[in-house]
Amino acid sequence: METLLRSFSIIYKNKTAFVGFIILLLFIFMATIGPMLVPLETSAHPEEMFQPPSIKHILGTDYAGRDIFDEIIHGSRSVLIVGALSALISVSISVLIGIPSGFIGGFTDWILMRITDIFLTIPSLPLLVVLAAFIRIGNPLIMSLVLSLTSWPGLARAIRSQSLSLRERDFIEAARVSGLSSMRIVFSELLPNMASYIAISAIFAITQAVYAQVGLFFLGLAPFTSINWGVMLNFAVSQAGALYSSRSVSYLLSPIVCISLLQISSVLFVRALEEIFNPRLQR
Amino acid sequence: MSWILKRIITAIFMVWLVTTIIFFLIRLMPGNPMDYMLMQLISMRSMSVEDATKLVQSYFGFNPKEPLLVQYINYFKGLLSGNLGQSILFPGTPVGQLLGQSVPWTVFVVGISLIISFALGIYLGTSIAYARGSKFDNILSLFGSITNSIPNYIIAILLIYVLGGLLHIFPMRGAYGTSVTPGFNLEFILDVIYHSILPISSYVITSFGGWMLSMKGSTTSVLGEDYIMAAKAKGIPTKKIKNSYVRRNAILPLFTNLTLSIGFMLGGALFIETMFSYPGVGYYLSTSVSGRDYPLMQGCFLLITVAVILANLITDLTYSKLDPRIRIR
Repeated sequence: METLLRSFSIIYKNKTAFVGFIILLLFIFMATIGPMLVPLETSAHPEEMFQPPSIKHILGTDYAGRDIFDEIIHGSRSVLIVGALSALISVSISVLIGIPSGFIGGFTDWILMRITDIFLTIPSLPLLVVLAAFIRIGNPLIMSLVLSLTSWPGLARAIRSQSLSLRERDFIEAARVSGLSSMRIVFSELLPNMASYIAISAIFAITQAVYAQVGLFFLGLAPFTSINWGVMLNFAVSQAGALYSSRSVSYLLSPIVCISLLQISSVLFVRALEEIFNPRLQR
Repeated sequence: MSWILKRIITAIFMVWLVTTIIFFLIRLMPGNPMDYMLMQLISMRSMSVEDATKLVQSYFGFNPKEPLLVQYINYFKGLLSGNLGQSILFPGTPVGQLLGQSVPWTVFVVGISLIISFALGIYLGTSIAYARGSKFDNILSLFGSITNSIPNYIIAILLIYVLGGLLHIFPMRGAYGTSVTPGFNLEFILDVIYHSILPISSYVITSFGGWMLSMKGSTTSVLGEDYIMAAKAKGIPTKKIKNSYVRRNAILPLFTNLTLSIGFMLGGALFIETMFSYPGVGYYLSTSVSGRDYPLMQGCFLLITVAVILANLITDLTYSKLDPRIRIR
């Protein structure tokens, strides 16, 4: 609790970190509680299509007369769930690969790093697109698994080198001399010392997953199963002809603004965190 | 010498591994494209099994009815002789020919984008590193992080919408217009440049920030080195220190990233090419995926991956030449 309060006070002091953090919180609020507050209207209302923003429809209506604001709220959920889930998976894989590799060393290190190298070499975006052709990435879990498949190797390498350098530090040596088991050392000494680094990497992984996921939906390379900002963009261009007519400006711009704001705020937040936790970057 | 050999063998192994994985994806996945296509030809177009098999063989380059090992060997023989099969979406066109047409477009657009964003990033990065903490640094760093975090397809769609759809200043899609005849004439070249401005801008806007910020970090750490202090103490002019001491050393770590980016070049603009229907490798890859054109998809993916592996190899082999300090391995 105390460390949580302390990190919060650090964030509060840094202007960009604080702004990014608040916007992120708003998005999390939007994705968790939002859908409960505004019900999603799925049936079409042809008599209300392409309505401009008004009090009844804050952002106007789309090509089928549905409320755009509702769709944005409900779309945020799948974007954030997939983002968070794939960050969680990819961070877990990289910790599971990186720590043994750096901490045990020797043959374990060699074999784990060769596997990592292979995944690191295969270009991730083309691989994602190709996998989308073979696997029906319908539900969020499979989407997250596919996305994390391509995002863990870089992080695993970084975690390996972190644990390599931590391994030689005095406090680890002391823990080993005092007879702690390797498991204990990893969980009570090594991991806590990497926590800030892992948290920062996790937020980066979220932005990567959001980028790839929305892009896949936008270009129609993944099947549309639920409402999502990428799906909205796709419909705005393909169904509503937003590029040619001004009546669906709001339908095109709403997801654009949300995606950009989400990405910008996460990156600003995470860059500020980096500066806070890695003081060498500051000068 | 021995590690050079080791690196080359690793690269060859990687190419083999990727091609093998693709073969098994196409051949062994449940409901794999070959069996699916066979079934469709037999049941929907009521072809005989032999005719259908022959047709499928012409698309993929190996016979689906033979034992798996024979298929695998034939697949490799095909690849080695440059036979990547036939496209399904573009009937009668060999995949190799389509790739041959698309590579120059990608190299042109992504190559120019990469040069512009790298040069811009290096120049601005050094400048803001020298002006650390100033208003100029703060504004440019913030601007760089913001543009760098917006997805490139978002910038692309905004450019298409505003400059293409609303203002009609730039064409919205394609590599050249229908009114010009492809060939070595001024009209065609100007039209190609005209069509490439928006794709290049989308790429540069979203990627120069990354280069700039890493150059800033790299320059900052070089500025703290002892040899810079020594150069200053010797009375070498500031401008000379900036150009031949600081910049040259600070660029080194970025060169690795540059060569890697060159490797990722073919697949790197996948979203942008698709947005603009720009006929590069990335566009063909996503078209083949949405059109279930497996031979074309396989060809695009192989080409992209081999390029990355080659670039990795070249990076490793040349880096010790660029920076003699890391020659000890």
